[in-house]
Amino acid sequence: MTASLPSSPWAGRLRGLGAALFSLAATLLGLLFVTFIIGRVVPIDPVLAIVGERATEAQIAATRTALGLDQPLWQQFLIFVGNALQGDLGTSIRTGEPVLQAVSRAFPATLELATLATIIGVLAGVPAGVLAATRPGSLADHIVRLVGLMGYSMPVFWLGLIGLLLFYGVLGWVGGPGRLDAAFDMMYEFEVTPVSGMILIDTALAGRWDMFVNAISHLILPAGLLGYVSMAYISRMTRSFMMNELGQEYITTARVKGMPEWRVIWVHAMRNVLVPLITVIALSYAYLLEGSVLTETIFAWPGLGSYITDALMVNDMPAVLGGTVVVGVAFVLLNLLSDLLYRLVDPRAR
Amino acid sequence: MTLLSVKNLRVSFDTEAGLVEAVRGVSFSLGRERLGIVGESGSGKTMTGRSVLRLVRPPGRIEAEEMRFDGQDLMALSERDMRRLRGPRIAMVMQDPKYSLNPVMKVGDQLMEGLRQRDRLSRSEARAKAVAALEAVQIRDPERVLEAYPHELSGGMGQRVMIAMMLIPNPDLLIADEPTSALDVTVQAEVLSILDGLVRDRGMGLIFISHDLRLVARFCDRVLVMYKGRVVEELAARDLLAARHPYTQGLLNCLPRIGGDRGPLPGLDRNAEWAR
Ligand SMILES: Nc1ncnc2c1ncn2[C@@H]1O[C@H](COP(=O)(O)OP(=O)(O)OP(=O)(O)O)[C@@H](O)[C@H]1O
Ligand SMILES: [Mg+2]
Repeated sequence: MTASLPSSPWAGRLRGLGAALFSLAATLLGLLFVTFIIGRVVPIDPVLAIVGERATEAQIAATRTALGLDQPLWQQFLIFVGNALQGDLGTSIRTGEPVLQAVSRAFPATLELATLATIIGVLAGVPAGVLAATRPGSLADHIVRLVGLMGYSMPVFWLGLIGLLLFYGVLGWVGGPGRLDAAFDMMYEFEVTPVSGMILIDTALAGRWDMFVNAISHLILPAGLLGYVSMAYISRMTRSFMMNELGQEYITTARVKGMPEWRVIWVHAMRNVLVPLITVIALSYAYLLEGSVLTETIFAWPGLGSYITDALMVNDMPAVLGGTVVVGVAFVLLNLLSDLLYRLVDPRAR
Repeated sequence: MTLLSVKNLRVSFDTEAGLVEAVRGVSFSLGRERLGIVGESGSGKTMTGRSVLRLVRPPGRIEAEEMRFDGQDLMALSERDMRRLRGPRIAMVMQDPKYSLNPVMKVGDQLMEGLRQRDRLSRSEARAKAVAALEAVQIRDPERVLEAYPHELSGGMGQRVMIAMMLIPNPDLLIADEPTSALDVTVQAEVLSILDGLVRDRGMGLIFISHDLRLVARFCDRVLVMYKGRVVEELAARDLLAARHPYTQGLLNCLPRIGGDRGPLPGLDRNAEWAR
C-alpha cells in the first residue's frame, strides 16, 4: 500500500508545456487563416479601395501585382503568414500608416482600460460573492444579487452617457472624454517616453505625477463602468463556486481541526474556488479587451475598438484585419496564461 | 469519571421534502474507554458523532437535553469557545478521506495547519511532528507523503493521514468514523493498537464508528447499536456477537463469513417497532 507519487514532476510539466506551445502555434495559424479568408470574401475590392474608382487598367494591374493578388490563393496565404510573422500587418488605406504601428499605439490604451476594469471587477466582485455565499438569503446576499443584476441588464453606453453627464458635465469630478486633458496631450507626446504605451505606467516611470493624476481622472469613469460589468459577472460566479465548496466534506474537516471561519473560507474554500474562477476572470478580461467598442466610442478612447470601428467605416480592410489579428493574439495569450495559472492552482490538472 | 454525557440528542433536517429526523433521542455516556457505534447505513452514526462537535451544517439542527464534555455544557458554549475545543480537546477522524482532505492543499500543509496556526510552531518543528505522526501510523516514506496531494494517495494511505492529522493535537476525545475500513489487516492492527494505547495510557475517550461488528466486538468496551436514529441496544462489546435483539442479529447475519456457506445473503430484518 504505497502512494503512487509521480516519479519526476518535471517530465510531466515539460510535456504539458510542449503541448501548450504546440496548441498555441496551431491556434495562431488558424487565427491568421480565418482572418485571411474574411479578407478575401468581403465584397470589397482591395485594389479599387487603394487606387480609386477612376484608375486606369494599367494602374489596377500594377497594384494587383504589387499586392500579390495575381498569385494563387494558397501562395497569397503563405505571404500573408510570412508578413504577419515579421510584424507586417499591411498598410492602412485610410492613413497610409503601417497597421502594426497604429495598433501598437491603440492597443495599450485598450489594455490599460480593460486591465484596470478587471482589477476593479475582481477586487469588488470576489469579496461580494464570498459575502453572499457565506450568508445565503441574507440582506447582503440580496443586495449583491441586485447590484449584479443591474450590471447585467443596464446597457453600458447608457450608463456611460449618464455617468459622463453627471460626474463630468454637472459635478466636474472626473476628466472628460479622451485619455488626458487637452493641455496634457501634447506634453505627454513630447515629454514622456512611451515605454508601455499605458499612460499610468509611463507617467509613473517618468515621475510625471501631475499627468498620472490627470490620467486617472480620465480612466476612472470608463474603467469603473467596465469594472462594474465585470464585477457583476465575477460576483455571481464567485457566489456559486463558493457555495459549492462550502458544502464539501473537507470544509468540515478544517472546522473539526478548530480552524477559524476566516481561514476555512479564505484559505480552504478559496483555493478551490480559484480553480474555476481563474477561467471566469480570464473570460471577463478577454470580453473587455475585445468588447469595449461602445465604451471607447462614448469616452473618445483611442483604443483598438475605436481603431477597428473607424477603419470599418471607410472599408479600410488591412487596418480591420490587422486589428483583428492583434485582438486574436491577445485572446490566445490570455487563454494560455489562464491555462498555466489553472495548472498552478489545481494539482490534479498537472 | 465521565468524559462525555449525552442525553436525548436529536438531529433534524428541515428540507423541502419535509422534516428528516436523522437522530431521534440518543443518550449515552462515555468514560476514558472505547465506545463502539454500529448500525446500518443511514442510521445516524455520523450525525451523532458530528453533533458532539456541533458541526452539523444547516439546515441540520442539533437539540439535546444535555451534552456535557469534561464539565462543560456543549450546547451552551459560544461558537468561539466551541472552536477552542475542536482539535486539541475533541477531534474526529472523518469517514471518507477521499472527500475529507482538501484536494488542492499539500498533505503536509494540512497536517501541520494546527501546529502552525494554533500552536505557532516554526515550519521545521511542525514538520518534525508531522513526520513522527505519519510514522506512527505506519507510513514508511513520510517526507514524500508530506509533499503529495490527496489525489496521489491510495484510500488506505488517506485514512492513515486523516488519523495522524487528528491525533497530532492529542485530543481527550476522539470520534473515529470508519477509521480503518480501507486498511489491510496488519496496518489495521497497528492503528488499533495506537488508539488502544492512547485510551489506556493517556485516558483518551474513543467513539469508534464502524460497520464491522466483529472488529467492534473485539476492540471496544461497549457498543451502541443504532437503527433509524435511535439506539436500539446498548451492550458490552464481548456480548455483541451473541446479541439477542433481532436487529443486531440481522446485522450479524449480514456479515460475510470466511469459509461460511455461501447461501443467499440474508436480508436485514427490519421492524418499525424497534425504532419506537
Ligand atoms: N443534509 C441533509 N439533509 C437531509 N437529510 C440528511 C442530511 N444529511 C444527512 N441526512 C440524513 O441523516 C441520516 C443519518 O445519516 P448519517 O450520515 O449519520 O448515517 P450513517 O449511520 O453515518 O451512515 P453510513 O454508515 O452510510 O455512514 C441519513 O438517513 C440521511 O438521510
Ligand atoms: Mg456515516
